[in-house]
Amino acid sequence: MKTFKMGGVHPEENKISNDAAIEVMPVPAQMVVLMNQHLGAPATPVVQKGDKVKVGQLIGEAQAFMCANVHSPVSGTVLKVEPCKDAFGLDKPAVHIAVEGDEWMETIDRTPDIKRQCDLEPAAIVAKLKEMGIVGLGGATFPAHIKYSIPDGKKAEYLIINAAECEPYLTSDYRVMMEHAEEICIGISILRKALGVPAAYVGIESNKPQAIAKMQEAARQFEGIVIEPLKVKYPQGAEKQLINAVTGRKVPSGKLPIDVGCVVSNVGTCFAVYEAIQKNKPLIENILTVTGKKLPSQHNYVVRIGTTFNDIVKHSIGELPATTGKVISGGTMMGKAIVNLDAPTVKGNASVLVMDEGEARRAPETACIRCGKCMNACPMGLEPYLFSALVRNGRTEEAKDANILDCIECGCCFFSCPANKPLTDEIRLGKNRVRAMMAAKK
Amino acid sequence: MTQQILIAVIVLGVIGAFFAVVLYFVAQKFKVVEDPLIDEVADVLPGANCGGCGKAGCRAFAEACVAQGNMDGLRCAPGGEPVAQKIAALLGCSAEAGEPQVAVVRCNPSFCGEKRRSNYDGLRSCAFANTVYTGESGCSFGCLGCGDCVAACQFDAIHMNPDMHTPEVDEAKCTACGACVKACPRRIIELRNRGRNNRRVFVSCVNKEKGAAARKTCENACIGCTKCEKVCPVSAITIADSLSYIDFTKCIACRKCVVECPTHAIHDVNFPAPAKKPEPKPAAEAAPAPVAPAPAPQAAAAQ
Repeated sequence: MKTFKMGGVHPEENKISNDAAIEVMPVPAQMVVLMNQHLGAPATPVVQKGDKVKVGQLIGEAQAFMCANVHSPVSGTVLKVEPCKDAFGLDKPAVHIAVEGDEWMETIDRTPDIKRQCDLEPAAIVAKLKEMGIVGLGGATFPAHIKYSIPDGKKAEYLIINAAECEPYLTSDYRVMMEHAEEICIGISILRKALGVPAAYVGIESNKPQAIAKMQEAARQFEGIVIEPLKVKYPQGAEKQLINAVTGRKVPSGKLPIDVGCVVSNVGTCFAVYEAIQKNKPLIENILTVTGKKLPSQHNYVVRIGTTFNDIVKHSIGELPATTGKVISGGTMMGKAIVNLDAPTVKGNASVLVMDEGEARRAPETACIRCGKCMNACPMGLEPYLFSALVRNGRTEEAKDANILDCIECGCCFFSCPANKPLTDEIRLGKNRVRAMMAAKK
Repeated sequence: MTQQILIAVIVLGVIGAFFAVVLYFVAQKFKVVEDPLIDEVADVLPGANCGGCGKAGCRAFAEACVAQGNMDGLRCAPGGEPVAQKIAALLGCSAEAGEPQVAVVRCNPSFCGEKRRSNYDGLRSCAFANTVYTGESGCSFGCLGCGDCVAACQFDAIHMNPDMHTPEVDEAKCTACGACVKACPRRIIELRNRGRNNRRVFVSCVNKEKGAAARKTCENACIGCTKCEKVCPVSAITIADSLSYIDFTKCIACRKCVVECPTHAIHDVNFPAPAKKPEPKPAAEAAPAPVAPAPAPQAAAAQ
């Protein structure tokens, strides 16, 4: 079975919410929609206090290049346009909406029928992705219209769909594949058309045999969709690793996937693309896993973007267990701990993972014993122990020369370190310093 | 045999003489004339290479002094007044009588230690924590408590308070080199004049949120209520972005703002007794004789 060549680890999978079908989370009484839900500059609010909005109406417009539109996930009245604290306690521009009823834009097709035919030209598809505010749902929330606008002189040869879901605990992609396989395949066909590539490859890890079967069955009706079962290894879902696993190509240091003719999208994005292009539905909902070993029940939800983490916790499990140590948005490897549970969810949130105090705490750090496990684990072929030393001593220039910017922050080095050194944190700090240094030199 | 020795001596002698001439001209051409004064000035300096003067190190500071010929705008913070006098004597100029300064930590979180809002277990680096979240106190302006300032201090003058997880400056050791000021990613630490008898008044908060939001974030936050600005007799206080700032060059340490502050965000240090609200006294006692009797608080403000 295929997998990427270099490094990687296999953390405990803990996919305990696999069998929980996707439920619909009720809409709360008040919504806060953050304006930066994506990589890049925040969207500019285009509504004012007192405005009436409908579900799917544009409320934040992408004015910068690296930006995505934001749409209202609810209908109601705009209460105010002012900053709100995000999940990490930092003030971010936001639109606050008092929910009244559930009135959708007339243009949105809410029927359950599956619409297979897409007559749009590639350029029109990209324009519609921009209009609908589609971003990559694999974690980085990269605006999709930028990804699918291939720069001059470059040519896409492969469309690769990331359905690996290699992060422990997360099951939202799995549930989407189980319940919406056909829609995903339509979404993939649309993206394939937008790029003009002959075939799309869907990489699914072999620990999801049912999803592989479902997707293979659905893909039979479509031309040029190949399902690739992959060996279970983290970080298979990382862009560069997935390209390596599926095509055998290697993205050179400092280059983008398009430089080796590849475009990678998440399977959740494909479902969002289907809804946006075929049903005119902007990206206003997330599919989100609520999981944790100590929780009384496991859930997968479709949640309106802007529902607070507290609302999700209250609806799904009532209240957090008393022994909760951390609440994490994302998986255990790359997820971020949430400080402010009153914060609204954003487009990239894939889970609310509740970890017990015992399992959440990091073990105390000891000295590096030069075992080299971090080097063996690094999927980018870097030397994390070296970065640790360079960053601690402020040797930024040398860190840059050792290609610190190639780090994808997957956390394999920290996971494999027997001394529990916070290697990934140090590398992130080093990357920040290198970027600051390069910006200062310009 | 004698001939061979002779040839060797002559050949080596000629080569040696040739290179001696070359080296002489090269030495003339690339001669570096260094003022011996630089070495003398460098010897006077503390040699900590702390970078507090803004130069690359003590040697670079000495070069700058000699190049300039006087000490205008050049100041060695760790050396202070005695070193300034010695350098001035060497240069034959007068030393600028700079006010001695000290590092001041302008954060006093209410939600810290036992009451902290979150429990951070990542890399103990403020520069990193600052990119991740608000900090354990929940304030996105306040102290992160990982001790980048402690690591930056070359003089062992700043330490973490074990209960509060905020830094404390050892005034006796602090040389006001400014290394901690640069190390703090949140710009909490400021160099302020030590003040007469080491007595200082400062706003111990850098939160720029509006009043209500700031109060929600931290009980000790400055809420920008302007009470201090109104009570200040020398207009040393300015308020910008809902945050009060006391100009230490103007402040006379009368401590009227300290008692007035509703959130106790204004701190006074090294005063023998705590600041008290002026008690309403008979007008004749409070005000000097020529002034007409007036209500007590205003009379106090007029002084």
